[in-house]
Amino acid sequence: MTIQEIQEEIIDEFSMFDDWMQRYEYMIELGKSLPLIDEQYKVDDNLIKGCQSKVWVHAELDGDKLVFTADSDAIITKGIIAILIRAFSNQKPQDIIDADTGFIDEIGLKEHLSPTRANGLVSMVKQLKLYAVAYQTQLK
Amino acid sequence: MIETSLDIAAIRKDFPILNREVNGQPLVYLDNAATSQTPQQVIDVIVDYYHNYNANIHRGVHSLSQEATDAYEIARNKIQKHFNIAHSYEVIFTSGTTHAINLVATGFTSFLKKGDEVLVSAMEHHSNIVPWQMLCERTGAQLKVIPMNLDGELVMEEYHALLSGKTKLVFCNHVSNALGTINPIKEIIDAAHKVGAAVLIDGAQAAAHIKPDLQALDVDFYTVSAHKMCGPTGVGMLYGKEEWLKKLPPYQGGGEMIAEVTFEKTTYADLPHKFEAGTPNICGGIAFGAALDYMNHLGFDAIAQYEDDLIQYATEQLLSIEGLKIYGTAAHKTSVISFNIEGIHPYDIGTILDKLGIAVRTGHHCAQPIMDFYKIPGTVRASFSFYNTQDEVDKLVAGVKRAKGMLQ
Repeated sequence: MTIQEIQEEIIDEFSMFDDWMQRYEYMIELGKSLPLIDEQYKVDDNLIKGCQSKVWVHAELDGDKLVFTADSDAIITKGIIAILIRAFSNQKPQDIIDADTGFIDEIGLKEHLSPTRANGLVSMVKQLKLYAVAYQTQLK
Repeated sequence: MIETSLDIAAIRKDFPILNREVNGQPLVYLDNAATSQTPQQVIDVIVDYYHNYNANIHRGVHSLSQEATDAYEIARNKIQKHFNIAHSYEVIFTSGTTHAINLVATGFTSFLKKGDEVLVSAMEHHSNIVPWQMLCERTGAQLKVIPMNLDGELVMEEYHALLSGKTKLVFCNHVSNALGTINPIKEIIDAAHKVGAAVLIDGAQAAAHIKPDLQALDVDFYTVSAHKMCGPTGVGMLYGKEEWLKKLPPYQGGGEMIAEVTFEKTTYADLPHKFEAGTPNICGGIAFGAALDYMNHLGFDAIAQYEDDLIQYATEQLLSIEGLKIYGTAAHKTSVISFNIEGIHPYDIGTILDKLGIAVRTGHHCAQPIMDFYKIPGTVRASFSFYNTQDEVDKLVAGVKRAKGMLQ
């Protein structure tokens, strides 16, 4: 599936919920399915700045595709990074760089999270894209 | 119901912000240790200033300037009276506690040398740690820490043991912003004076709950931020004993703080203007005075009694939640309950509470050493004011239970 298709799928899933509680509960569920980062990569260098809770992200190439793994010490944050990784993992770096992130607004994540968390969300997207830029250079 | 001589329902009407909703729920504001809300009486004073007599002070000959100067100086007198300070010129207007602490820390640069020691308590806000670390880096003096126990109380035996002829300065907060502990500042001040050390007490967290008598305390410096006691942000007080303020060099150069200026030499103005360079936060200072009027009208004894009962009720109710642990269980504490639930990150709880319209603080509360001491990433901190109600405590407890259900 393309990033666009996955994002539409996520938007569809979230549209089933009427209130914030269901949305958060689903997000917490998604957090449990997060592809976990290998312990050896859970180091300060892989921490994302700008998040109030700890978020570690690791990226590595599988052929011409970039695979993300991550973890967080906060469960809601884990859900957010799980959603982002679902959309961006197993994709070509150039596609990740070009990807639109409007779906975050559409699933009501940005407006429904506290401002500091929203900042963390922005940092997470930025970090995933930075990895993509770095690996795109390597692929060339 | 908690018994009180205060008419809480009437008091709440003084605070327009308490009527608003957050995320579709009535606001439950429990982040008073970060900043308190502002009553209409203070807002009116701010509006009146800009409507009627906004002018620069201390140098205009025109009427507006005189009115603004009078109002500003009346506010200084109100602060003097409130804290029982001997002279109004010992009240220095600052932008807040951080500014006040930096003013003293910078001023002490020329008084300290290698081999001197400064003591700081283990439960300080970063703003009462970093300026002293910087001072020690500049002077070669050594920073030593007064330890605390697991209840969040300073270990006073250790404090007395740390004091010696080398001790030049002692810094401690009156009330810990992260734990709510009321520190035994009279004992701290007296013991420091016996070895000839000066004491700065950071009153930022205390001043909304306790009315300190600074002359009786015999403290050398005491700092306060107006925004934590119903006043506006960006204004605060540094109290300093006259002898110290005369000795300390000016902090910033500029207008207002000079007597005479030539390119060869400048002589400085008398107290308090020596430390008040530039145009001050005039409106803020006047509103600070109005905030003290408001709180004194309610009465600090009544405020303290009600808040103590409220925090006791909240403590009991929160502890009924399985897995909830309170950090800061000192025998003497006020206004703050810092807690975590086993296995749940404080940010997760804070996020769910926000969805329920409940404002709490999560994180390290600018006191990372305390979090390191307890080996936790942070806490959820509910902090109370006299306008909070028993019903709001119940909402907090219900909210924490709901968050726990979702997150565990």
